[in-house]
Amino acid sequence: MEKILMKGNEAIPQAAIRGGCRFFFGYPITPQNEIPEYMSRELPKAGGTFLQAESEIGAINMVYGAGGAGARVMTSSSSPGIALKQEGISYIVGSEVPCVIVNMMRGGPGLGGIQPSQADYFQSTRGGGNGDYYMPVFAPANIQEAVDIMIEAFDIADYYRHPVMLLGDGMIGQMMEPVEFKEPPKRDLPPKDWATDGTGGTREPNIINSLRLDPADLEKLNIKLQKKYQEMRENETRYEMFHTEDAEFVFVSYGTSSRIVKNAVNQLREKGIKAGLIRPISVWPFPHRAFEELPASVRALMAVEMSHGQMIDDVKIGAAGRWPVGFHGRSGGMIPTEAEIVEACENMFAEVK
Amino acid sequence: MPVVFDRTKGLTDVETHYCPGCTHGIIHRLVGEVMEEMDLLGNAIGVAPVGCSVLAYKYFNCDMHEAAHGRAPAMATGVKRVHPDNTVFTYQGDGDLASIGTNEIVHAAHRGENITVIFVNNAIYGMTGGQMAPTTMIGQRTTTSPLGRDAKHTGEPIRVSEMLATINGSAFIERVSVHKPAHVRKAKKAIRAAFETQQQKQGFSLVEVLSTCPTNWGIPPVEALQWLADNMMPYYPLGNFRHPEKEVQS
Repeated sequence: MEKILMKGNEAIPQAAIRGGCRFFFGYPITPQNEIPEYMSRELPKAGGTFLQAESEIGAINMVYGAGGAGARVMTSSSSPGIALKQEGISYIVGSEVPCVIVNMMRGGPGLGGIQPSQADYFQSTRGGGNGDYYMPVFAPANIQEAVDIMIEAFDIADYYRHPVMLLGDGMIGQMMEPVEFKEPPKRDLPPKDWATDGTGGTREPNIINSLRLDPADLEKLNIKLQKKYQEMRENETRYEMFHTEDAEFVFVSYGTSSRIVKNAVNQLREKGIKAGLIRPISVWPFPHRAFEELPASVRALMAVEMSHGQMIDDVKIGAAGRWPVGFHGRSGGMIPTEAEIVEACENMFAEVK
Repeated sequence: MPVVFDRTKGLTDVETHYCPGCTHGIIHRLVGEVMEEMDLLGNAIGVAPVGCSVLAYKYFNCDMHEAAHGRAPAMATGVKRVHPDNTVFTYQGDGDLASIGTNEIVHAAHRGENITVIFVNNAIYGMTGGQMAPTTMIGQRTTTSPLGRDAKHTGEPIRVSEMLATINGSAFIERVSVHKPAHVRKAKKAIRAAFETQQQKQGFSLVEVLSTCPTNWGIPPVEALQWLADNMMPYYPLGNFRHPEKEVQS
């Protein structure tokens, strides 16, 4: 199939439809409005249903209902809207309902701003709602990657009976790049014999529920969820190693900021500093194993984020005290520049080499 | 020996957790009987709330969901949009529906969502131990209105049926009570009419059932039935507020 030029916020819902999504429930919030707009136009043509909910809370609970009823369903929102959805996401995890959530991050806290940000790393990778939970969170750095992940996301959700999040920002949503829609790798998916579609008088009732009043029962559910998380860590961890083979200084950066870091790596190499990059694609499960692949030549690490330092916690876990971990970040919708990143590296490298 | 009274197939064969004298049991049975008589059990998908009837998903003998507090109408919307030919209902109390869930219920009605809502109004939060609800009567003592509800401080009780009847998406709205056998029979008729409204795809249907809470009202069950008649019925008049076959006055 030939490549076509598409905006992120239109390529992503197109990929969702190709991935089998037939229900979309959402609520307007900048900078992701093109996603529901696209779905309202295109999903009915694919035989699906788009419904604008009364609120983000309404939308995620419609997703909860539709997913429990067996449908391939998604919602999309941006940071403050995701905050509102987190009650529902926690229930969805507890009830083991598959669905897909897109979060196009904007600056915070509070109403914040509408410019691109990565300030919701904690919100996305640490559960966010109540209870002991995680979900796979993929943070693409370009539209092609976003599309590839989105097509596959519904299979991943169905495979684990679990929500899956695509984590972008205003930049990924708003920019245009050439994309190609490819078939995802095949997964053997279990039948949805747990879904509510009416007993037909032929089976016991199916119940979609996160309530476990007996502590022993609730612990059992949590242990089952932990097993899923372990399987996700083993099978869904994704990352890219960029110029790390001979690196002396390794950045860790994801999504939009990682694109700028790549340019900084090239510039640093021209200046004689052997720089490299670990780019997490799955931010949960975080690719801690990538740090085991680093060569002995590495002297220091640096996390670069569009926040004041959230992913850096995972970088420190990955580093496990073996290297000093520096940080460079901008926030509020400010984008770090290549020059800033080069300078931050040069300053730190002068101290550690 | 001939069977003169039996459990409805609409309810599962488990003991409910409701307090002695609580009328939730009667209301459960009516919904179960209606579903059995209309042959809906194989086709129905219910949504239970948070509150006293949080465990309703164990009691109705059909596919069930358990929603977050107040969100049952949104969850039912998701289910109904996926399975438009299945019978989808919610069962919600007054804390759930009339307080935390007002947004979801108003917009479900507004969209004319083709679901049936059984709304149990006992003028108090039961499960959490008797706190004031938006439906609590003026002067009624609760654990969070120990001197009696003061309208100047917390407003007047919300009349949900009247409010939802102003919305054009509402096809069937009726308030009933279960404090006397004759009222129980009328309540069953209304519940049946609500499910029929959905079957005929006429839009949103809701039956508000006035109910007692002897435990948290602090009075014996028989007195509670009388308290409902004396205190709730004058403020919450019984009757039909919206019917698919009746002209709506506006």
